[in-house]
Order: sequence, then structure tokens, then C-alpha cells
Amino acid sequence: MTTLQRKTHPRTVGRFATALMAAAVMGASTQAIAQDDDPIKVGILHSLSGTMAISETVLKDTVEMLIEQQNDAGGLLGRQLEAVVVDPASNWPLFAERARELLAQEEVDVIFGNWTSVSRKAVLPVVEELNGLLFYPVQYEGEESSENVFYTGAAPNQQAIPAVEYLINEVGIERFALVGTDYVYPRTTNRILEAFLKDEHGIADEDIMINYTPFGHSDWQNIVSEIRRFGEEGKPTAVISTINGDANVPFYTELSNQGIDAADIPVIAFSVGEQELTGIDTGPLVGHLAAWNYFMSVDTDDNYDFIDAWIDYTGDEEAVTNDPMEAHYIGFNMWAEAVRKAGTTDVDAVKDAIIGVAVPNLSGGYAAMMPNHHITKPVLIGEVQDNGQFDIVWQTPSTVAGDAWSDYLPGSRDLIADWRKPMECGNFNVVNGSCGGSTAAEEAEAALAE
Amino acid sequence: MRRFFSLGLLCLLLLSVTVTAQAQTSATVEADDAAALELLNALDVRSYSAKGEAINAILQSDDERARDWLQSLLDGRLQRTDDGRFVVVLDNQGRDWPVADALTNEPLGEMSRRDLDRIGINNNLRNQLRSAIAVVDLYSPNVERRRISASRLLGEVDEELAEPLSQLIAEEEDAEVARRLTQALAIYQVESGELEGVETLRGSLHPRVRVALSRAANSDDSIIADAANEALSSIEQNLKINRGLETLYFGLSLGSVLVLAAIGLAITFGVMGVINMAHGELIMLGAYTTWMMQQLLPGQPGLALILSIPAGFMVAALVGIAIERGVIQFLKGRPLETLLATFGISLILQQLVRTVISPLNRTVITPEWMSGSLVINDALSLTLNRMFVLGFALVVFAALMLIMRRTRLGLEVRAVTQNRAMARSMGIRATRVDIMTFALGSGVAGLAGVALSQLTNVGPNLGQNYIIDSFMVVVFGGVGNLWGTLVAGLSLGIINQVLEPWAGAVLAKIIVLVFIILFIQKRPRGLFPQKGRAAEG
Repeated sequence: MTTLQRKTHPRTVGRFATALMAAAVMGASTQAIAQDDDPIKVGILHSLSGTMAISETVLKDTVEMLIEQQNDAGGLLGRQLEAVVVDPASNWPLFAERARELLAQEEVDVIFGNWTSVSRKAVLPVVEELNGLLFYPVQYEGEESSENVFYTGAAPNQQAIPAVEYLINEVGIERFALVGTDYVYPRTTNRILEAFLKDEHGIADEDIMINYTPFGHSDWQNIVSEIRRFGEEGKPTAVISTINGDANVPFYTELSNQGIDAADIPVIAFSVGEQELTGIDTGPLVGHLAAWNYFMSVDTDDNYDFIDAWIDYTGDEEAVTNDPMEAHYIGFNMWAEAVRKAGTTDVDAVKDAIIGVAVPNLSGGYAAMMPNHHITKPVLIGEVQDNGQFDIVWQTPSTVAGDAWSDYLPGSRDLIADWRKPMECGNFNVVNGSCGGSTAAEEAEAALAE
Repeated sequence: MRRFFSLGLLCLLLLSVTVTAQAQTSATVEADDAAALELLNALDVRSYSAKGEAINAILQSDDERARDWLQSLLDGRLQRTDDGRFVVVLDNQGRDWPVADALTNEPLGEMSRRDLDRIGINNNLRNQLRSAIAVVDLYSPNVERRRISASRLLGEVDEELAEPLSQLIAEEEDAEVARRLTQALAIYQVESGELEGVETLRGSLHPRVRVALSRAANSDDSIIADAANEALSSIEQNLKINRGLETLYFGLSLGSVLVLAAIGLAITFGVMGVINMAHGELIMLGAYTTWMMQQLLPGQPGLALILSIPAGFMVAALVGIAIERGVIQFLKGRPLETLLATFGISLILQQLVRTVISPLNRTVITPEWMSGSLVINDALSLTLNRMFVLGFALVVFAALMLIMRRTRLGLEVRAVTQNRAMARSMGIRATRVDIMTFALGSGVAGLAGVALSQLTNVGPNLGQNYIIDSFMVVVFGGVGNLWGTLVAGLSLGIINQVLEPWAGAVLAKIIVLVFIILFIQKRPRGLFPQKGRAAEG
């Protein structure tokens, strides 16, 4: 019996193997034919009209430039790349519709897109339902990790927390005014910062001032005067600004008109980059700060190449680069690397392949994709100069890994995200040892809503 | 290591070159320059704390040029050339900058910005530099410099400075400087526990004084604590009055912006009855005209701004005429269609600006004479740009009133709005009046844009932010009444600013909206309803 078995076994295996090989060859050849014919489709989901066009248009151009460069270098897997651009027009529900259009009709292999958190939240269910890939390039409030989304912007621990530590340790600030636009990113970030300041640095209640303003707020007289009085109590004071977009110009104008100088009350901003400063006369703002993971003034060859390519691409000598552009640069290269590694653009294969992929960033280091779908980034602090650029005055000694769930919020500090097998969970609760599913996320949100 | 060594060699070489170049001048100057170069070279390091020490060394060097160096370092104009010389940049516009030698002050012509390395400073160094310059300036013959220096010294006086300070006060000729220095010295006295200082500080509104007094109020010495408390309470009283005045100013300023944005609408919507949703975009066009003017006249932002006033009016008026002739005239008496059509026009205009100019905001420079603020006292200063806008709003309003009351056009407009058929039968060309009125309203919107370019972003979304507020003001004030628009705008501005400190900006806006809704329920035709039979229709 056993001998018989032994005899038959290799034969069956052999037969099986030939069949498999034949199938593989046939499969590969059909695949190869399909690949030669079809370009790889890259979806771009950025607003080209409406309020967010100011920030998002350049990101669309960035991805198109990266695609052009990739095609010039021979494409990917021997195929050319093709950009599919849609315009969600700064309209959050339209983001979901356009994402569906990209995935269901255009059948794109990957999407680069979104700016505001609310638009990302709108797109999230669509991308998860249709199993797409989304690369999100903007700094955000954290408290999220989706199987289908890759967060190439900064989580709070890669921007806000190091920035506050810089203010306390290097500048000696003892009093904080947290000023922001009234929506999810500033509110969550400020909650994290408030908890961090009180618990970790023992800052008293009366030394923290929190203020929210509507989108596009333009009359800052009262708030700036309040900040001035807040800073006149004798303790070194700083403003932490999560003011978004357009509202920044009148804010900074009012600051300089009311004579608040960066040397007296520095403002550190998380949403003001080179792009935003192009609308402001920066003379009176010299010395105010911004925290990012990239500045145009970064002194590396990679960065100079990127800037030159960008100026050539836009044909504008004065064109500026900024942090979310670098995030797309990193995200695009990571995706391309993962596709090369997986040998296919298949979403599930790329999703598995991309974890652990490391590509150069523009500040002379490497960015690696972590299992929680966030990446490693250096944190830089820059001071505004009168030419609209930032002078880097401080940076973290090494890169910081993005943390999907903040360590400073109750309900969130017990959660981790890990999309590798076997865990494959975006909100694993380390206390009760289970993948929390919706309950943990709801708890965290309930804690936020408090 | 080798690179460092060769750099050192280069420095030595350069030093000897400078020395030989000036060999013909006297030996003392030569030694001075060598020492000076060494002082400046010490600034050219990466570490900010080392730069701080270098600044101190310059301050203690007794070199007469020290102040100039520190000032240009503070302004970011002290730069190093590729060949190791130090220059002061005289003007940093464009790619090539005129420079002067930092040691000799001789102009060196223009240099490319690529060949220059700025000596960077951070906020701590900025503070250190300002204090250092203040101490040097105390002895300056220039009164203005002494004044700035004296106010800088409030709360910064230490034991070392206290001694020469009392002597300086005695010798000071300028009353303002003497007063400031006395206060600065008094703060030091209060901090070191002398009762005399408290008396001197009584009534001063400067924040540093308040900080010093509050500290003294908590001191163990009950006499000083009582005196400080008493002084503080009178200061607090005074501050409250100032704060009230400040809020009033903020309110008037916000109100003037609302009036400016709404007054054009008060004509097209209020007088003509046309719901023009593209009104905001006419404002935006005015703002872009200002930007374009400044592009045409580089280096003269003030002149460009003044020229933009007629230009902005013309541009917006012409676009207004095009809208009226192209769309609105065909939709007479159909408000819903007019609303939709003009809303479409507003989107078209926005996207047009995005595609033709840029989706990004444009920089409109505020001229020198409009930046900063007018200092009334230590607790109250009024921002100049807003003061100009407030004045401008009143002038525009007065001019419009004149046109409506005193000119033939005004008469015809009033006639046509009150009774179109009757006016036509009297020989008034109603169509022409329509065009002129719409052009006037649109032109005024353009003027609002010119003013707003000094306060807020010049971008495609500019108009959107003001359209709702404009309608709100016109409806609240009473449709068809210019006075109503003025009173409504100013009072809404003040209400908003009074509410804001305790309700927050978001809630204040909501409260104002709810208030207006309730008000309209009670008085549907606004503050100043139009009287007469025409209004009934």
C-alpha cells in the first residue's frame, strides 16, 4: 500500500505541476496581452473649482507631473500610466460620487486625492466598499486607519506634538492660545494638545485659551486683541494656529497691524505653508513659525531636483512647493515601488506589498510605510522669512512614525492599527485583545464629542 | 576636518588681503577692521547660541559701527559674500541686490542673491538684538530712537542699568523719553520692593506695569501690596473704558465693511428690485483690479491703490452693464429666474478668474501709510487700514446720497422706481435709467472690492463671503433706503463685535442671524421701511 502510494504520488504531483504551469503560462500570456494594451489608470480626486481649489489644484498638477516623469522613465511593469482627473468641486458628497465613478466606471488602479478631513470621511465608505486604494497627502487629526487608505500626510504626533514640545523646551513658552477654524481637524488636534499640555507639562487651565472661528473668517480684530491681552500677563505666550486656508491672510494682516511681533507672541501654524504665504506680504510676519515635514527651503539635491522639475512643469519661475506635494511625491513612489514588488496593480497584492516599502523623501531621509498605513516622517520647524520661505530652525533627530490613534485621548490610547496578517485590523484594542470594530471607534468618537 | 582647515586658511588669507589692501590708511583703522572682521566672522556659525555670544561680543566691542551691524542683522540684511566679505543689502527686491560693505559702508554695486548668504537669526536672537539696540540707543542723539529704546526698556531694567538710568533721566530733554525711562526705572523699583515706584506707576496702562504691580500686590510687604492693589484697581477701571472704546471701533470697522459691501446692492436690489447674486463677484473684480494696478505700477503700491478707485469702479460698472444688458433685462419682473441666472453668472465669473488668473490668492500690498496702527495710549491703538476703510465707506455713502438726492440721474432713478409707467410717460427713458442705475450699483461694488483688498484675501472666493452679509444688511435696513443700509451695517457690526468676546465668533454670527430673522418677523420691511404707495406693490 505504502509503496503504491509512494509510486503514484510523484506522478500526480508531476501532472499537477504541468497543468499548473500550463495554466500559469496561459494566464500570464493573457495578462501580458491585456497589460500591453491598457495603460495603468491613476485616478486624481482633487477639487479644481470651489473653495478648496486654492490648495488642491497644485496637488492635481503634482500627480500629473509624477505620472509624466514615470512614463518618461519607461512606465511601470512595462505599461504606461494614464491620469484620470475628476473634479469634486469642493463639495463633500460629490467627492463620494466622483470616487465611485473612478472606481466603478473608470476602474482606476489607485486614487490620489482629498484635502479636507470631511471629504476623506465622505470617500472612505466608497473606497472600502469597492476595494480601491486611496493615498491621502494632507496632515490630519488621526483617529482613523482604513484598510484601503494610505495616509502620507502627518498624524498629530508627527506635527502638533513635536511642535508644542519645541515651544516648551526650546522657546520656553508657558501660555498657549489654541486658535482654529471650526471643523473636525482643529477640534480634534486641539483636544489632543489640551490633554497633552495638561497631563504631560502641567499647564494650568487659565494658561490655555481656545478659540474657534468659521471657515473663511475675515474679521479678526477682536480675537487678535484678545490674544494680545492674553499674552500681556507676564508669561511667555505662543499661539498654536490650526486656522485653515483663506482665513489666514486676514489673521496675519491683523496681527501685524495690531503690532504683535513674532518675538513677543510667536504663532506656530499647522496649515500655513509656502502656498498660503504667496497671498501675504511676509515682511511683518518674519519669525512666525510653522511645523511641517517638508519645507521648500530644505537643502538637499533631491529637493532641488524636485523644485526644478516643478518649475519646468508649471512654466512659472515663482512656483512654490509645499508639504502635501512632498506627501504625494512619497505616496506615488511608494505605490510604484509596491506595484513593482507585487508584479501587478491588483489592489490586494499592492496593499500587502506596500507595508515596509521605503522610498527617499525630499529632506534627505527615507519614508517607510508602517503596518498602520501611516508613514515615517521627520518633523521640521521653520520661521517665516521676508521672501515667503521658511528658515528651518529645528528638526527631530530622526524620523517619527505616524500614530493612527493618539496616546493622549481616553478611548483612543488603547487602540492600535496593524494591517498585516494575521491581525488585519484598523482599531485593535490592546486591553481586551480584540479587533474593536465599530464599537471602539464609536467610543473614541464619543470621547471626542464630549 | 581638512575642509575646516582649508576654510580657516582661506579666512586667514582673506584677512591678510584686507589688511594689505588698506595698508596705506592709518594703522589704527587697519587694526580696527581686522578686529571688526573677526567680530562679524563669529556671527557666521550654524548654532544660534554661538551667534548670541557673537552678538554680545559686538555689543561690548565699543566699535562705532556696532549698532548698524546689529540693526542690519536684525533686519536680515547683513550677509556674507562667497569670498568671505560682509555686506549690508540695501534693497532686496528682484534677483540682483545693491549692497554696501559692512566695514567701510562703501557701496559695492549690485550682487546676485545667489552669491550672498544671509546670516539667519531666530526669535530668541531677535529679542536679544532688540534689547541690545535699545541699550545702545539710549545714548543716541536721535529723539525717535531714544523713544523706541525707552519703551523697549519697560520691564527689562536690571541692577546694572538702574544706576546710569537715573542719571539719563535727569539729563533727558524730551519729556516723552523721560516719562518712559522713569516708568522703566519705577518698574525695577517695584520689583525690588520700593514703595516709591508704585506711586510713579499709578495710572499707567502699559501691560508691563500691570504685570509688575500684580506681582507686587502679592508680595509679603503689606504696605507695598496695598498700594499696588489700589493702583491696580484704578488701572483696571481705566482699562475697561479703553476696552469698550476698542470694541466700539472694531464694531464700526466691521460695520463699515458691511456697509461698503451692501451699499451697491442697496441700489441694484433695494432701488431697482433686481436680485443680483453676482454682486459678490463684482466686489471680487474690484479687488482684482487693485491687484492688476499694482502689477502695472510695481514699487508704487500707494499710487496704484488710489488709481484703483476709479479703475475698480469702471471695471465693475462695465461688467454690471454687460450683465444687465445680457441677462437681467430679459428677466424683468421674474425674481426667481433672475436669482438663478445671476447665481450662474457668479459661478462663471469665479471660474473665469480661476482659469484665467489663478486659483491661488493674489498678493495685494498695503502701502506704508496704511499699515500699522495709530497709538492713542498704551492700551488703545486703532489699526490704520481699517480706519481708512471706515472713512472710505462714509465718503462713498455721502457721494451716493448726493447722486440720489441732488443729480438728475438720482431724480430719474427715484421716479422710475416709484412709478415706471408714469415716469416713462413724462419722457424719462426708463431703459437708459435702468442701465445707469445698475452700472452705478455695480461700480460701487467695485469700490468695495478695492477697499476689501486691503483687509482680506484677493482670491476667486472673495465675493462669496460677502454676498449673504450684503443681503442681510439691505433687508435689515429696509429695502430701498440708503440710510437704512448705513444704520443696519454699522449696528450689525457693533452687535457682532460686542457679542464675539463672550460668545465666540461662530455663535456670535448665529445670534445675529437669529436676531435678524426675529426682527424681520416683527417688521418685515426692515428698520426704515419705504413709505408711499410704490412700496406697497
